[in-house]
Amino acid sequence: MEALVSVALGLLTACGVYLILRPTTFSVILGLSLLSYAVNVLIFVGARLKSTAPPLTIPGLSNQTDPLPQALVLTAIVIGFGMTAYLVALALKSKAESGSDHVNAGGER
Amino acid sequence: MPPSFLPLILLAPFAGILAVALTARVSRKLAAWTAGVAMAAGLAPALKLAPEVFAGGVVHWRVAWLPEWGLDLALRFDGLGLLFTGLILGIGVMIVLYAAYYLPKYDDLGRFYMSLLGFAGGMLGIVLAENIILMVVFWEVTSLTSFLLIAYKYQQVEARISARMALAVTGGGGLALLAGALLLGDVAGSFDFSVIEERGALVRADGLYPVILILFLLGAFTKSAQFPFHFWLPNAMAAPTPVSAYLHSATMVKAGVFLLARMYPVLAGTDLWFVTVTTVGAITFVYGAYVALLKHDLKGLLAYSTVSHLGLITLLFGLDTPLAAVAAVFHIINHAIFKASLFMSAGIIDHETGTRDMRRMGGLFKTMPRTAVLGILAAGSMAGVPLLNGFLSKEMFFTAAVAHENFGGAAYILPVVATLGGMLGVAYSVRFVWDVFFDGPPKPMPKTPHEPPMWMRLPVEVLVALVLIVGFLPQVVVGPILLSASEAVLPGAVPQIKLAVWHGFNLPLAMTVIAFGLGVLQFTRRHTLYAWQERFAWSLTSPVAFERFYRGATRFSSAVMALSGARSLQRNLVLFFSFLLVAGAWAWVKTERASDGGATLIGSTPVMPIDAASSAAFAILIFAACSTVFLRHNRLLAVIFLSVAGTIVSLAFLRFNAPDLALTQLTVEVVTIVLLLMSLRYLPPRPPKQSSDLRRLRDWMIAMAAGTGVTVMAFAMLTRPYDTIAGYHMANAKPGGGGTNVVNVILVDFRGYDTLGEITVLAMAALGLCALLAGVRMTQPQSSPPLLTERSTIMLSELMRPLLPLSMAVAVYIFLRGHNLPGGGFIAGLVAAIALMLQYVASGMDFATERLRVNYVRLLGAGLGISTLTGMASFVFGNPFLTSTHGYVTPPLIDKFELASAMAFDLGVFLVVVGTVLLAMTVIAGLKRAEQPAPGEG
Repeated sequence: MEALVSVALGLLTACGVYLILRPTTFSVILGLSLLSYAVNVLIFVGARLKSTAPPLTIPGLSNQTDPLPQALVLTAIVIGFGMTAYLVALALKSKAESGSDHVNAGGER
Repeated sequence: MPPSFLPLILLAPFAGILAVALTARVSRKLAAWTAGVAMAAGLAPALKLAPEVFAGGVVHWRVAWLPEWGLDLALRFDGLGLLFTGLILGIGVMIVLYAAYYLPKYDDLGRFYMSLLGFAGGMLGIVLAENIILMVVFWEVTSLTSFLLIAYKYQQVEARISARMALAVTGGGGLALLAGALLLGDVAGSFDFSVIEERGALVRADGLYPVILILFLLGAFTKSAQFPFHFWLPNAMAAPTPVSAYLHSATMVKAGVFLLARMYPVLAGTDLWFVTVTTVGAITFVYGAYVALLKHDLKGLLAYSTVSHLGLITLLFGLDTPLAAVAAVFHIINHAIFKASLFMSAGIIDHETGTRDMRRMGGLFKTMPRTAVLGILAAGSMAGVPLLNGFLSKEMFFTAAVAHENFGGAAYILPVVATLGGMLGVAYSVRFVWDVFFDGPPKPMPKTPHEPPMWMRLPVEVLVALVLIVGFLPQVVVGPILLSASEAVLPGAVPQIKLAVWHGFNLPLAMTVIAFGLGVLQFTRRHTLYAWQERFAWSLTSPVAFERFYRGATRFSSAVMALSGARSLQRNLVLFFSFLLVAGAWAWVKTERASDGGATLIGSTPVMPIDAASSAAFAILIFAACSTVFLRHNRLLAVIFLSVAGTIVSLAFLRFNAPDLALTQLTVEVVTIVLLLMSLRYLPPRPPKQSSDLRRLRDWMIAMAAGTGVTVMAFAMLTRPYDTIAGYHMANAKPGGGGTNVVNVILVDFRGYDTLGEITVLAMAALGLCALLAGVRMTQPQSSPPLLTERSTIMLSELMRPLLPLSMAVAVYIFLRGHNLPGGGFIAGLVAAIALMLQYVASGMDFATERLRVNYVRLLGAGLGISTLTGMASFVFGNPFLTSTHGYVTPPLIDKFELASAMAFDLGVFLVVVGTVLLAMTVIAGLKRAEQPAPGEG
């Protein structure tokens, strides 16, 4: 399972990086989303793939997984949305002002 | 935080900024009153603390910020601080009054007073700082606010250039000062001035001492306009006169000499100090006085005279004898008083005659006799006429110059320089008086001169009264404060100060007489000097040289920017990723070498078996991610595949025991996808191909390398054992935080401060988006069916309406159970946002906007406010910020449940999330609605 997760993370990263390097704004947004999936999961699995129960301290549960990476990632996911929304706004603004969806619109190519 | 009056001094002007911002809308008069009261309010706590300082004490106040790094909000109040506080705030009050009459009626007085108060606050920070890094911070505050003040008339190009010049010179000096402060803190082992002062001998013996000294002097000399950095000061005369009167008498330029005074016990006492400071001071003293004589502009004369007097103060500190240091402190007081009144008189003359050119005025004694008397007295003090305050410190300077022993054989040089400077000072002072107030009958001037309004003259009258009182009764009026301030400069070595008008016939008196005789002679021969100057004037003046340097530097940085591709996102990113890859590979190779190949990438822990469901999910993820890449040209499909990948990610969270994350990821996925779909329509159809094959190949290689790196790193991490640090959180979630969902308890309780920061960032992103797209109207290039503008199918809209209360109930349920079971403010907020979003989608913008009359910007504010107030509520109970409390409540009908204060905090989170999502959505949806403002703005 560890290998499976590692390869999936690597693939998400590779796709994300490639998309971020594209010249159109929309691809960059897609790429950044893929990259944040990879990063979020990577931080999350920092707690390793071993335990058997969610981090709830209710009677009957034992061997819970580590709650800290989860708390870190939870806000990261939500902030990721904020970032995506802001990027979308940037892309639209750039389009509205330059008429192009090139990432360097208005600057040099 | 021990209660003390000390921070109130500093607080007064900064609080005044806020107050002026509010009152300036009401009326000019109220703004002026507010600013004046704010200035005066700072004096009250200073007076309250003054007896302690006069008794020889130093008041300290400290709030720990980063004690580990020696960075605290630490203030000290000693004699020097008291003296400067009095000057800054006392003259500040006068300036506020004066400016209310000086500035034209149509001016934005609020902006002026806010900058002025900010500047006064910065100055107070410098003189009250105990921590030297804090002092540097306030130093920068004065640089920035003085920029705003000098550029007050920003419509004029010279005001902008002058402001930029002042900022570049003093800001550059500020950088040097920062470097010096860091080095000094390192050498002395503390950033606290009290500690540094004690270890002064250690500092002076250190090998880094010359570097520290030069850096500090650069800061002081740029700020105090010492040669060759003096050129910004005369140029700063582009500012309105109240600003000049403030900046160039009691404040800004005095910050530099304050630094010399403050650091005197630490840095003075060496040959390097003596040679550098004395030389620079002497050159500035004479040069400034000489140029002042050449100026025909009233303010230009005063500006160069300021340069000269600052040179004198610097020279006195450089002489490095106790008497000279006392004279320097004394002259700081005297110069502030007479120069402020002179600038204000010049402003009155300018205001009432319409010109500042001394060749065009004259005979003003007839038309404005009161102002003339005030101006003559102040100018007399500037020249050093007996019975006026300037005479006393100048006499002290002459005495110190005569008594100095460091010059060996060339003992006459210092008295000669002193007499020369004094002579020039007399000459330009006489010129000021003669050309303006006498010199024949009144000449025709742009305006018919008359006396100014009483209130405009009042500040000048007060200051000139001080000139006289200090001049007649020096020991009574300034004796105590001078002694107290000198004690701060010269710990334990203050000489007997005998302030008296008459010291008997001695060499200093003779020098004064010579200076006056030669000065008047010089004045009568001034036209020869002008002719000489016309013939041999320098073509390359400092401001020109500076402008050339500035343009060159700008061109250079533009060239570097162009070369580095800083304006291309792609090139930046390629550099960034390449750097990361090299850094990662290098770290790995280094570890490999260090362990002789023993550091394997595969760890030792047993691996988890793969199950069928996981491998199926894995396959779908691969397919979805790759499809997103390959189908990126077909944006709709790409978004759909992206959402598939996101769904698999949320399933992965579920698989590995993170139900909170799975819920969050799923709901975020929904709102993200809707947002992306909405934005799709505004983007242009793609041109066929933009990148060369070579570039694609390069990008693929970078991407593959990055992917491989992450895979290897993840695998190496996953196969190694690990210890959690969450034991405390697990154990205390229930007893301490009152919840069993540890993730939620961490978010709203243990790490609540972080979460507050995060929702603030979220709100900032939404507001940023709103601001970016404000006023932007777009048309749809594609003939896609309009989304969110009109009603969708009847089926959908009819179905969605009854679903709203249901989904809101779900959101409430998720919110309430969040503390104990998966859920919480973030997820509930997303669920509620989706429910509302669906109404917009199903029924159309108009329908939903009409019914949901919510201002989402206010919602963000409410959310942040609730969270912050919840945190602050714990102050009431004497607990630190965001301390939570909890207890059981048993409402009717429902089972008893636990209510934690963290829940109120979570409510804030909930509101911020809802506000962010819906603000983003409504703003983007409103883009094409040209005739109406976006809902977020209404």
